[in-house]
Amino acid sequence: MDIILLQLLNGLDKGSAYALIALGLTLIFGTLGVVNFAHGAIFMIGAFTAVTFSKILSFSFVTLDPTQKNFLGEPLEVKTAYIVHWFGESTGNGLIDWAVPLAILFSIPVMLFVGYAMERGLIKHFYHRPHADQILVTFGLAIVLQEIIKYFFGANPIQTPAPDMFRGSFDFGVLIGYAENAIIYPYWRLVYFVFAGLVIGGVFAFLRYTTFGMVVRAGMADRETVGLLGINIDKRFTIMFGIAAAVAGVAGVMYTPINSPNYHMGMDFLVLSFVVVVVGGMGSLPGAVLAGFLLGILESFASMNQVKVYFPGIDQIIIYLVAIIILLARPRGLMGRAGVMEE
Amino acid sequence: MFNLAKKDRTLLLIVAGMVLLAPFLLQPFAQGSGMAQFNAGYPDLMQRFVIFGILAIGFNILFGLTGYLSFGHAAFLGVGSYSAVWMFKLLSMNVIPAILLAIVVSGLFALLIGYISLRRSGIYFSILTLAFAQMSFNIAYSVLTPLTNGETGLQLALDDVRILDGMNTNGTLPSTNLLPPSLVNGFEMRDTYHLEIGSWLFQFNTGYYLSAIIMLISFYIALRIFRSPFGLMLRAVKTNQTRLNYTGINTRPYTLAAFVISGMYAGLAGGLLASMDPLAGAERMQWTASGEIVLMTILGGAGTLIGPVIGAGFIKYFENIFSKINDTVLHGWFGWLPDGMEDAVVWFVHIFVGKGWHLTLGGLFMLVVIFLPGGLVEGGQRIMNLFKRKKSDGAGTDKQHHPKSTPHVAE
Amino acid sequence: MSIINPTRRGLLKTGAVAGAGMAMPLVFTGSAGAYMNEPSGGSVVLGFNVPQTGPYADEGADELRAYELAVEHLNGGGDGGMMNTFSSDALKGNGILGRKVEFVTGDTQTKSDAARASAKSMIEKDGAVMITGGSSSGVAIAVQGLCQDAGVIFMAGLTHSNDTTGKDKKANGFRHFFNGYMSGAALAPVLEKLYGSDRRAYHLTADYTWGWTQQESIAAATEGKGWETVNNVLTPLATTDFSSYVAPVLNSGADVLVLNHYGGNMVNSLTAAVQFGLRDKQVNGKNFEIVVPLYSRLMARGAGANVKGIFGSTNWHWSLTDEGSKAFVKSFGTKYGFPPSQAAHTVYCQTLLYADACERAGTHNPCGVAEALEGYKFSGLGNGDVEYRAEDHQCFKDVLVVKGKENPTSEFDLLEVVEVTPRSQVEYAVDHPMFAGGALGQCNAG
Repeated sequence: MDIILLQLLNGLDKGSAYALIALGLTLIFGTLGVVNFAHGAIFMIGAFTAVTFSKILSFSFVTLDPTQKNFLGEPLEVKTAYIVHWFGESTGNGLIDWAVPLAILFSIPVMLFVGYAMERGLIKHFYHRPHADQILVTFGLAIVLQEIIKYFFGANPIQTPAPDMFRGSFDFGVLIGYAENAIIYPYWRLVYFVFAGLVIGGVFAFLRYTTFGMVVRAGMADRETVGLLGINIDKRFTIMFGIAAAVAGVAGVMYTPINSPNYHMGMDFLVLSFVVVVVGGMGSLPGAVLAGFLLGILESFASMNQVKVYFPGIDQIIIYLVAIIILLARPRGLMGRAGVMEE
Repeated sequence: MFNLAKKDRTLLLIVAGMVLLAPFLLQPFAQGSGMAQFNAGYPDLMQRFVIFGILAIGFNILFGLTGYLSFGHAAFLGVGSYSAVWMFKLLSMNVIPAILLAIVVSGLFALLIGYISLRRSGIYFSILTLAFAQMSFNIAYSVLTPLTNGETGLQLALDDVRILDGMNTNGTLPSTNLLPPSLVNGFEMRDTYHLEIGSWLFQFNTGYYLSAIIMLISFYIALRIFRSPFGLMLRAVKTNQTRLNYTGINTRPYTLAAFVISGMYAGLAGGLLASMDPLAGAERMQWTASGEIVLMTILGGAGTLIGPVIGAGFIKYFENIFSKINDTVLHGWFGWLPDGMEDAVVWFVHIFVGKGWHLTLGGLFMLVVIFLPGGLVEGGQRIMNLFKRKKSDGAGTDKQHHPKSTPHVAE
Repeated sequence: MSIINPTRRGLLKTGAVAGAGMAMPLVFTGSAGAYMNEPSGGSVVLGFNVPQTGPYADEGADELRAYELAVEHLNGGGDGGMMNTFSSDALKGNGILGRKVEFVTGDTQTKSDAARASAKSMIEKDGAVMITGGSSSGVAIAVQGLCQDAGVIFMAGLTHSNDTTGKDKKANGFRHFFNGYMSGAALAPVLEKLYGSDRRAYHLTADYTWGWTQQESIAAATEGKGWETVNNVLTPLATTDFSSYVAPVLNSGADVLVLNHYGGNMVNSLTAAVQFGLRDKQVNGKNFEIVVPLYSRLMARGAGANVKGIFGSTNWHWSLTDEGSKAFVKSFGTKYGFPPSQAAHTVYCQTLLYADACERAGTHNPCGVAEALEGYKFSGLGNGDVEYRAEDHQCFKDVLVVKGKENPTSEFDLLEVVEVTPRSQVEYAVDHPMFAGGALGQCNAG
């Protein structure tokens, strides 16, 4: 039982990552009807805003230390971050330590702008083009974006740790009467889970309780009619694109301590996020979130030894297997609307 | 001739001419000259051009005609390759049984996947095919290693059985052939004739010509399918499947047939790849490989006959030629510039070649789709029209070859 | 026209057409060489086939730097690097056999398919007489097979699987890098000394051939020291979040976690293990420990502070103080501004060893070169006294046991050498069961 609870926790955490990415993707799918193959790249750029931000924080000057030698036997170059120099050891290092959470503040405006620029500069010209063209152009964009990141940051993963106070794990098992170490969970992942919940809740509340959200929802259901009512739906959709990018971006920022960012992480998540969105059903935000959590949890269960003994390699295929079963049982995924992307 | 309309006959003849003369056409620059880097007339790349051409032609029969976007076509390529290599390992180094088995096995595999996936349409269909292909890839890479040799890829070994040829004993691996070398020389896939004219070197490879002829046959068959009543029915599916269903026509058999044919084309391509180079890697089935097929087709011009072939050549050219340009080559090119400027130019160009070839390719995808909505074929047509307009107006665009792109119908 | 008479490689020997009195200078390739791509002019072409895109692109880039340095040294440029410390004095700094060394580069994309296409283009288009490089075992084995077929020498780059010189060994292929078995043999005694002989190990293993062979090697070596292998869990290559694999470890009764991962997998699994706080825990009354059998400095950087105090093995490290290593670090560091990686070291050595073998054999003929390399004993290239074993073309040399440094002084200073395990301790019989099956076959000159 304890192992099942443990994997349920893992699954919820994986699922919250999937749900966040799928949420952004479905906003674009559902509102704009654009197949956005660059969504993974947006997630990746989000993660790299965290890397950039921590680099900015630890921007340093160099002093030569003659008592130490570098690999060529010359005096060692010692780097001191400016903020450590300015604010003193504890404040400065504290700020650098908190780079990832602080990067959210940096990433939201950046990602809003990235989304806005993408939509105005490129995507808007493709609303009335076939999906195939949308795939080609966004795929091209994704490649270009990731190559730019690779040019500046290299191909290897870059460590962006969580603040020191979130190191280590929390022993759930002891709380509910299991043995020590039976159900442990890292603090940072709890943070991620709560954060994902807040973002998802925020997006739903925004669409549900604001006039803006109401109009967008109306536009998702019937764009033409809303347009005929004299509402400038295009402008709102641009903003929605920006919001979708920001959601993917902050998901990327918070994910960096879990998965050291590298330039191809967007492509790694791309297929998965499409599967999640489609399993959830096209055009359904709750569907995307539900599918994200469902697939995350099932993936975690599939990775258990107790399961793998009977089905070797099941964790390799579980997501796809579940996707096939769901799509065969429910023609439009879990909560899809009729007529969306069925042509 | 060939029971084709005049226009199609011309197209077929042009393609045939270009394919057969490829060793000359692709080798325009003299050996040793700075531009020789751009020569593509060596056997391996020429083989890839035509083989991926076959793959794209097949994909286009499904996507171009019915509009069903399969995101898992690479699975059939991989299955074809594995079947062919197993044939080499177990039966004989002759390519014919290998290719036949590749077609049959991938056809059956396509029948299975198509039967299930075609119950859904649109994006749901795409994701179903994607899921099947990714499952095949993941399993081939790990659990099925005894069958696929996983990470390394299935390759020949010294202790293979080879029932017809017999175990080989001399410590070297045999190579794939069309006719056994014990009977005739020169029919091994890797046999290459070199012709040097001045400082130009032309290579004529047996494997290439076999692939080229098979590609021409495949092209001809695709042409016939495009022009047949069956092809017309497939187009009808693309235009409005619902209306077709209302008239009492069951479209499933038609789409399934298209899916299987297209899967067999992919299997044929896979079998040919393995015949040219007997190795079948699992990466052939990965979603990126499926995506590449989609990109080839759209880039060249989906729904056109020749477009996908051009798209395939375009991508393979970048992959093989641009990735090989390094700084030394660049310094060779720009050596005539003043020193400071040379370094600046090399630094700039460096971003787009060598390890940056992905960037160039991605950028070109965007440019093509932004400025040439019908793919590279439309680019060609525009150039043609420029010339034609001078002679007479109208009668320019070929509606058959380039059906109008359907507007986006998400809502 | 006269009868077409292709040779094995299909070169048209006859110049009959030219002789038939055509006006153009039409010549069929006359120099139907004695072997594949026999260099004819004043230069010889080597093919450097490394990952330039994909997850191992940075290692590929470091390999390319080392290759360029090696070519510079072979052609007499620079400070000569390890050529000065190499025990053989056949290399004179005038190229190879008096021919200037030129090179072509290609992108393996870390896919066997693409790697073979790239190697083929080097052989068919550029006339490369030797192919080298790579940063994963699957690719190395695939390209090695191709070179065997085509009749050129393959000098493997970074490949750690037992299979490269085990069941997939080839007469034309040579590996300088160490392998999974050697990692195990070097690590086990150190681990025993540190953590005792009463340990229970839990293995997480990348689910593909390299992972399996390494896991097998490490498990066998540690079991030989009295450890027990509690479990071995295979993880899919595409995994990015290892939480569901790491979480059950603590409750399994194991007190050591062995991560048979490389590259991004290693970075992410190690990060997950540290995040779960495994290293702060006590199990069976002992401190919980993590081991990463194959270390790479480039990858260690991606794992950041998480590598501190974690043990593993590596082929070579820039902090070694023998003359060869010092010379190499100096010339690499002066040229590029940072120390070389183990991948850079191994490919530099491979290039020098190939050139040296050509000089000693007096030919580029693969069969001659292979003969010169087989059983060759040398020193001065780091790693002490080294031998290329004739029976399987594996290099036998000292192996380094390293640990993540507690107080790194720079971003390159992440590992410290704990022990240099002598060669005798990591040697194994040619017919060792982990390397069984397969045969070298005959050398092929095309």
